[in-house]
Amino acid sequence: MKTVKLVDLAKTIRSKNAGTDKITFDIIFREKDNYEMVKASKAITIETMAKLYGIPIERICDFVEYDPANAIKFTIYRSRPSGSPGEGDIFGCQQYPPLLDIEISIPEKEEEK
Amino acid sequence: MEKKELRIICPNGHLGFAPTKEESFWIGAATKPDYYCCDSGSDDIGPVPLGQDISTSHHEWQKHDLELMLVAAREQNVPMIIGSAGDTGSNSRVDMYIEFIRELAKKHNLKPFKLAYFYSEVDKSYIINKMEQGLVVEGLDGRAHLNMDDLEKTNRIVAVAGVHPFIKALEMGADVIIGGRSSDAAIFAAPAIYHGFPEDQAYYLGKVLECASFCAEPYAAKESVIGTITQNDVKVIAMSPYQRCTIASVAGHAMYERTNPYFEFFAGGMLDMTNCVYEQYDEKTTRVTGSKFVPIEGAVKVKLEGSGKVGERFIGIAGIRDPYTIKNIDKVIQWSRDQVKERFGETGYEVYYKIFGKNGVMGDLEPIKETKSHELCIIVEGIAQTVEAAEEITMIATRQIFYARLPEVKGTAGTAAFVIDEVLKATPAYIWTMDHIIPVDDPMELFEVKTIEIGN
Repeated sequence: MKTVKLVDLAKTIRSKNAGTDKITFDIIFREKDNYEMVKASKAITIETMAKLYGIPIERICDFVEYDPANAIKFTIYRSRPSGSPGEGDIFGCQQYPPLLDIEISIPEKEEEK
Repeated sequence: MEKKELRIICPNGHLGFAPTKEESFWIGAATKPDYYCCDSGSDDIGPVPLGQDISTSHHEWQKHDLELMLVAAREQNVPMIIGSAGDTGSNSRVDMYIEFIRELAKKHNLKPFKLAYFYSEVDKSYIINKMEQGLVVEGLDGRAHLNMDDLEKTNRIVAVAGVHPFIKALEMGADVIIGGRSSDAAIFAAPAIYHGFPEDQAYYLGKVLECASFCAEPYAAKESVIGTITQNDVKVIAMSPYQRCTIASVAGHAMYERTNPYFEFFAGGMLDMTNCVYEQYDEKTTRVTGSKFVPIEGAVKVKLEGSGKVGERFIGIAGIRDPYTIKNIDKVIQWSRDQVKERFGETGYEVYYKIFGKNGVMGDLEPIKETKSHELCIIVEGIAQTVEAAEEITMIATRQIFYARLPEVKGTAGTAAFVIDEVLKATPAYIWTMDHIIPVDDPMELFEVKTIEIGN
């Protein structure tokens, strides 16, 4: 079993406001195989994302594996609405980078390919 | 009015926010689309523009994009539709766009045409009245139901229009429509519904077109796309020579800026994309079938956005290079806070320190706790009720970073570097006070459509 970083498997990894009170994260794969492999690895779940961002599970309000686009998507509540005093990212578009380095375990047979 | 298909061009995902790319626009215009439609606003930009009643886009860019669309649409004698005028869709932004259209019509010596417009601002008394009748104004995204306190703190409210005022404007014979705050997809769905196409396809057409070239690949903003609706499908094609609408790009776009990729809510119902089927129709075109519109049962619910002023605001900037100071940055900030407190007390103001190089972008969400940067930039944001107080608070907070007292600091001539030795006046601070929905008897009751002749 070896591991590879999510950044080397996904086509798109992004974050953006979803309305005034949430930020949504999209991880999109070009290859169905990579998408299925990441899903199977269980490296990206509500629990792991809450841990990565240091937030309680209740702040993740949606988690979807979206097969039509080979994508994993989750959404979190902001601590305050976008653009409030003290804002660091009005559009919520620079909150994804911690996802890049997530280690995904690759099964042996995938490794041989 | 009977059409087998209807073709709508969308030149920009947010008209004026950055100028429309002209090459792909003119490629699209040459195919003679039936409508020129574009959204010009968003709640993405934060609460400041709505509260302060300003645009966040440059007026020259707004005019540039309106000019492209107006000239092409009038040349062909087909309608042009703009929603959420001037970033916020407030009344002043609608008026401003009407003036721009007037100027452009004169500049190009256009033949007279009919312009329809509607406002979206909602008077507080309307909402208070409804609430006094026992009506519940429901909070979205985990917000509590609206109360009088929220209303009290709100400076400006806009209602987000669905297809209704746009359809009404087309029925009135509009050549150009300037809408107040609108649901972006409604701008495209409305003409499709007006021409008799099914809501199932019409709302999907709007959903896929509203961000222009974001539904194509490779990633590029501000390029034109054209959507074609028939009785049973929607096709979307990229106009830029280097972009294509692929299954992946179109299906992927359904997720963009939305919590859930399957459902999208409008005044009047919900678009269900669960059973959408995506096919590569030709090299640059993706065909979509299977979308479903589910009308709401009972009263139509209209979304309300409200922005309330927090206070006057200044920004200070300080740079730090000394590794010892960087290591003790939390103590530096505490020192600065204490100095503000010494002069202004505990309450009546807000001061924030964004430490770039540490966690300025992500704040508490930042998983990297150890600061390895060799330099830091601190942005100080000071907010108070008067301009004078906000300026002074921000100045104390910024300058005391310069005077931070650390026991072993070597540089005793100043612990911060300044780009400028002053603080900068910013637009006042606002907060989103309302993100709610209100049930209405008639979806038109918040949006009165009026028409004027331009060019006479």
